Amino acid sequence: MAFDETKTEGFKVVGTRPNRPDGIDKVTGRARFGADATAPGMLHGVIVRSPHAHARILKIDTSEAEAMKGVHAVVTRADFATGLTGENWNILENVMAGETALYDGHAVVAIAATSSLAARDAAKAIVVDYEVLPHVTDVDKAMAEGAPVIREGAADKSVPAGLHPNVVRYHESGHGDVETGFAEADLVIEDSFRTEATHQGYIEPHACLAQLGNDGRGEIWCCTQGHWNVQKVCAALLGIETSKLRVTASEIGGGFGGKTAVFIEPVALALSLKANRPVKIVMTRSECFRATGPTSSTSMDVKIGMKKDGTITAAKGVFRLQGGAFPGAPMEFTAMCAFAPYNLANVSQIGFDVMSNRPKQAAYRAPGSPMAAFAVESVIDELCEQLGLDRIETRLKNASKEGTKASFGPTWDRIGLVECLEAAKAHPHYTAPLKPGQGRGISCGFWFNHGGETAVQMALSEDGTVQLSVGTPDIGGSRASMAQMAAEELGIPYENVRTTIADTATLGYNEISHGSRVTYASGLATIEAARDTIRKLCKRAAAKWGIDEEAVSWVDGCAVPSGPNAGDFDPLPIARIAKSMGRTGGPIVGHYEATPEGAGVSFATHIVDAEVDPETGSTRVVRYTVVQDAGKAIHPTYVEGQYQGGAAQGIGWALNEEYIYGADGRLQNAGFLDYRIPVASDLPMIDTVIVEVPNPGHPYGVRGVGETSICPPLAAIANAVSAAAGVRLHELPMSPPRILAALEKQAAG
Amino acid sequence: MYKPLVKVHLWSGLRSLADGAEAVEVRAATIGQMLDALVAAHPGLADAVEAGVSVSVDGKIYAQNLTEPVAEDSEVYLLQRIKGG
Amino acid sequence: MSQIHVTTTVNGDEVEFLCDPRETMLDVLRDRLGLTGAKEGCGTGDCGACSVTLDGRLVCSCLMLGAEAEGREIGTVEGIATDEDLHPLQKKFIEYAALQCGICTPGILVATKNLLEKNPDPTETEVRYWLAGNLCRCTGYDKIIRAVMDTAAEMRGAS
Repeated sequence: MAFDETKTEGFKVVGTRPNRPDGIDKVTGRARFGADATAPGMLHGVIVRSPHAHARILKIDTSEAEAMKGVHAVVTRADFATGLTGENWNILENVMAGETALYDGHAVVAIAATSSLAARDAAKAIVVDYEVLPHVTDVDKAMAEGAPVIREGAADKSVPAGLHPNVVRYHESGHGDVETGFAEADLVIEDSFRTEATHQGYIEPHACLAQLGNDGRGEIWCCTQGHWNVQKVCAALLGIETSKLRVTASEIGGGFGGKTAVFIEPVALALSLKANRPVKIVMTRSECFRATGPTSSTSMDVKIGMKKDGTITAAKGVFRLQGGAFPGAPMEFTAMCAFAPYNLANVSQIGFDVMSNRPKQAAYRAPGSPMAAFAVESVIDELCEQLGLDRIETRLKNASKEGTKASFGPTWDRIGLVECLEAAKAHPHYTAPLKPGQGRGISCGFWFNHGGETAVQMALSEDGTVQLSVGTPDIGGSRASMAQMAAEELGIPYENVRTTIADTATLGYNEISHGSRVTYASGLATIEAARDTIRKLCKRAAAKWGIDEEAVSWVDGCAVPSGPNAGDFDPLPIARIAKSMGRTGGPIVGHYEATPEGAGVSFATHIVDAEVDPETGSTRVVRYTVVQDAGKAIHPTYVEGQYQGGAAQGIGWALNEEYIYGADGRLQNAGFLDYRIPVASDLPMIDTVIVEVPNPGHPYGVRGVGETSICPPLAAIANAVSAAAGVRLHELPMSPPRILAALEKQAAG
Repeated sequence: MYKPLVKVHLWSGLRSLADGAEAVEVRAATIGQMLDALVAAHPGLADAVEAGVSVSVDGKIYAQNLTEPVAEDSEVYLLQRIKGG
Repeated sequence: MSQIHVTTTVNGDEVEFLCDPRETMLDVLRDRLGLTGAKEGCGTGDCGACSVTLDGRLVCSCLMLGAEAEGREIGTVEGIATDEDLHPLQKKFIEYAALQCGICTPGILVATKNLLEKNPDPTETEVRYWLAGNLCRCTGYDKIIRAVMDTAAEMRGAS
């Protein structure tokens, strides 16, 4: 087949479920994560953080600390680059506070000593004088008149006049005329919703080991979703040239978006420069909660009109997202994803990015989208309830499909929402009987997915095996899917491909592992690098046979003559070409560098059965089914894993997880005991259905699968709770006190 | 080189920066030329374009590639830059 | 502060170390003995990533002081595989893709091996409650539970 077609059948390796190449490392304790590295002469760094939500830093006295045994360096904001602008300034301001501490946990000063105990002891001896300022942590209060201003002049030009200075970005999109649409409806429901901030909750705290000499050359070892980004940001914050830093990504103990940001690496570099020794910083769990990016909290109003036959006539949403003390809350994605599953003649969506005295929000799995789905899909469920309509049929009736106009403007390409809804309808779960006290909910969800800058290299070894170097950290088994795609193209066994996550000195720039891009973009680049390798292999065969390169094709791991005049030669296996490559033109290395732009969007439909205990208000998820479009599942087991993991995080978001701030603006639950993520005994098995509607933008049809799975659960569970207990919750999490309050209100009439 | 006349749809938040227009027609053969022409015609759009936009051409979303061709009959929408977790 | 001399057994090998009285067993394993398989996910006993066995009993090594190891027997993830082969649990975890990022895996393997030694035929509910102290953020536990149940069945069949 030609290289420019999408291959949809005849796969030999793709679609199988081989063991991951790094499996043994990870079940034996051998795999080296962020905190597992050491270096000769290494110091330990500790960061002192603001105990106040908002305070002017008057004085930092480090004299006593610096006199303590084992202390080698102290750094403050004065030790970083000046004159930064834009997002680099925001990141620096977050990494180390300038004049003002902007949230509880904001880094103020750091210290390095010979052991972590010595560093912690010394950190306690640092005295910081603060002038406490008024603070605000709630999104609605932060944009209300009289709220303390986090930073004057932070708003960009998109913000309409007359809004509070804490509103820093504004989004508005849609089409048609919603008022006309609402007038055509038989029933219009308008409701307000709120969701609390949740944390990505990766089990591995941020960790790094950094060295920076006074010649400006440095190295960093860290757990990150994107080491080229770490390199770029650290170089900017330290004021050195990018290429002088080499960053190696360790194994990464979960990220979910939270490790797309840079927090401790520049601090470790600055300490290292001062001490002239390597410095390791490992965050505590409490630091992860207080000072790394949770998601935004939201306040949302959604209004939808529907005819008796289920046709949606108009939809309007207003989405206010608090993103901490910096611009960047992903409100435009909340707005654009909100109504994406539906084909609407009249739709309007408005988003507000609001600053408050909380940590700088970071991406979390489909940033902004799950909250939108919670509000929109709750209202659709309520409309179906009141109009007596079937939940799936109604969604099918309005579903976006190829050729319909998206709520955010363009006309859809090939998408798989209808296929997901049909698969959900056909699944035994949808019609299974429920026990008393149980209710069933469904929801759709949408995420864009992303491509991004990608570079891959494939080096042939002399025995015909292949060393594949990719630049996207392996968070959930991607080494396996990369090796599968390479083996598929080359026609060699999966075991003959070794995938390595290369450092920043080895490959061209690779964007962060985000936007569900790894299997799509690094996969596409791997396939293209394999095709480049094949072209080079065919050339060697052609030279050996003395025929034209065009007369050689590649079949099942061998060069073969093809075409009428190619001549009659025995197939030349990859290992034979490899063995002689040093004498036939030198090493054979395929590569590919591009910014693939065909990341297909992904839809999902989830079905959930929940049981509400009227005595305690506790909700239990008793059955869960994820249906999602993967385009093409390269390694179906790891696709299922993404579906299950996203659903589990969504269950936590829906039922338990929340940032709780006290009146003093301090985070009250900065630990896994009080910030409760789902544990094994909370969850049922999570059933999965992989729908495959090929993405025309990938050679095998791959769509990103990592993020969409967290979009439907919040609403699906809210809808199940409504069906089970007859109360509709408008605020997440649906924790026992909130459910009890709703039940009591209902009983009181 | 011939540059086709391309109709670019703006998200409504951008319209006030482009004299209220829902769509702007510019001469451009690629996404990069289209963005340059947009800013030239409506300097108020400079910050938004500089901050990063994605561009949908006939339903396919381009987050970065300025060299992607656009044609007279292309359906072109500006979108806010696509990122992810 | 003067350091304490400790003699203990780790994965069957006698080891000696000096430690600060405030150092946890987890610190000692990772920083003094070079056994970085046990992970610190929280330092407060909530996540189970640092799970080890102490004289056969499952503990969070972040809640135990290094000095308390004197004369005891510690078991870590590094001791689960025999010299020749992976433990059946380790094989099943790979086969079932019961790990994504792998940071919780050492603790979960130590915990489940300990469970199967006490109860070779656990129900799904028993496995879920036994592992309730081991947080996993990637998998939703589905494939972990299936891997454990299948390993238990296989080990019963083999014995």
